[in-house]
Amino acid sequence: MATIKAAMPGVFYRRPAPEKPAYVDDGDAISAGQTIALIEVMKTFNEVKADESGTVAAFLVEDGDEVDVGQDIVRLEG
Amino acid sequence: MRRVLVANRGEIAVRVIRAAHAAGIEAVAVHSDADAEGQWVRLADAAVHIGKSAAAKSYLNSAALVEAAVSTGSDAVHPGYGFLSERPGFAKEIGDAGLTFVGPAVSTIEMMGDKAAARGAAERADVPIVPGSPPVATVDEAVAAAEDVGFPVLLKAAAGGGGRGIRPAHTAEELAEVLPAAQAEARSAFNDDSIYLERAIVGARHVEVQVLADGHGNVVHTFERDCSVQRRRQKLIEEAPAPGLAPETRQRINDAAVRLARQVGYVGAGTVEFLLTPDGEFFFIEMNTRIQVEHPISEVVTDVDLVAEQLRIAAGLPLSFDQDDVSLDGAAVELRINAEDPDNDFQPTPGNLSRLDLPGGPGVRVDTGFVAGDRISPFYDSMIAKLICFGPDRDVALARARQALSELHVDGVPSTVATHRRLLDEPELRTGAVHTRWLEGLC
Repeated sequence: MATIKAAMPGVFYRRPAPEKPAYVDDGDAISAGQTIALIEVMKTFNEVKADESGTVAAFLVEDGDEVDVGQDIVRLEG
Repeated sequence: MRRVLVANRGEIAVRVIRAAHAAGIEAVAVHSDADAEGQWVRLADAAVHIGKSAAAKSYLNSAALVEAAVSTGSDAVHPGYGFLSERPGFAKEIGDAGLTFVGPAVSTIEMMGDKAAARGAAERADVPIVPGSPPVATVDEAVAAAEDVGFPVLLKAAAGGGGRGIRPAHTAEELAEVLPAAQAEARSAFNDDSIYLERAIVGARHVEVQVLADGHGNVVHTFERDCSVQRRRQKLIEEAPAPGLAPETRQRINDAAVRLARQVGYVGAGTVEFLLTPDGEFFFIEMNTRIQVEHPISEVVTDVDLVAEQLRIAAGLPLSFDQDDVSLDGAAVELRINAEDPDNDFQPTPGNLSRLDLPGGPGVRVDTGFVAGDRISPFYDSMIAKLICFGPDRDVALARARQALSELHVDGVPSTVATHRRLLDEPELRTGAVHTRWLEGLC
């Protein structure tokens, strides 16, 4: 099962701003290079990009949660 | 005041705890999951765990902080800088809980946090302001306003601060292009997309005046700081006093700051920020209603303990001195040692601080919240330490800074140490001929 992993430790956000919709939702098709989330590291926001195409099966981390480097954040199907 | 809760972390929490202890006041620390082993936690008389590591769930959680203060029997809360220090809602919650907020009145924080209101106050106090516009909503409004203000302009968020969300525009075309982005950025950062324009003052220095005001009508300044060495509007090196300032200009700028503080009925420690042009003209930018990161350089050249005075003022006591007692004695420079990678566009880099050898000797003060072995977590800012070097004159202060840097070793994370070593040898820095865009031109 393919996953997208966090490339850095920090705080995970699924939306570009609190009042904005999520970048992607469960069931969405995504393509390689697409921004799917943000990780905040020391007050700087870094885009998390999909490293391969697929369909989002599930987010494994909640919006606002802490993530560690290498942690699985999204499970892809197909 | 018997017990103060320090609603912050890192070096400023350590600084406040030290001031409290020196004043015979107990200090209560707070910490998130990531900070359980923090130096400030060890130094405090008691510590309260306030939540998860993400700042939104700990140091920005006002309910948890007020609860921590109440449950520990604290009678005051010191907010430090950053986090909730300039949020009027936090000061109000503390007051509503029957506790003392170590800072100005809620209404003062509100006024100074609203750029338009702050500019209005400055005008009433006869303090010069940068030519600017009321909030603009559309491109047409913005272009019309820019013609009045004069290009080049800066687009600024009305609810902004900390240098964030500021964009330049040199022409009407560029203005039309950047306005939507500035609005979006303001909305996401401050939940308010009001933008106003200000004339961009070219070649100016950032000079700020430290003021202190008590609840008995005493308002004083402890002279100015020059914070022109900035990268992306984040300060890297600060000096006190501002180098090369004519005595007459120094007097005028410090008097202006005191006038503004008086005008708004300020109580507490605050900083009035100005742009100073090469010909000695200055313009009010904003007032920070809290202690600043760079406050120590003012302390070492005036022998005033600013945090101790904050506690005195909050306790309802008068300042321990008056203006005539404050004189400039020597010069100081502060170098911000950050966990940032100079070889990778100063990207902040968390990691394990495997080594932290701190310098010492005459005229060297280090304010830090870390010890070797600590983890620099990804959740907060990148500052490792502030290196404050001072001496009888600027040359001695800078020489001691070079000496101190040669002793300072940071391992485990990339840091700005080598950057500072290089900057201190730059001819413009040695002569004090820098302005706010100098560093960016250099890198």
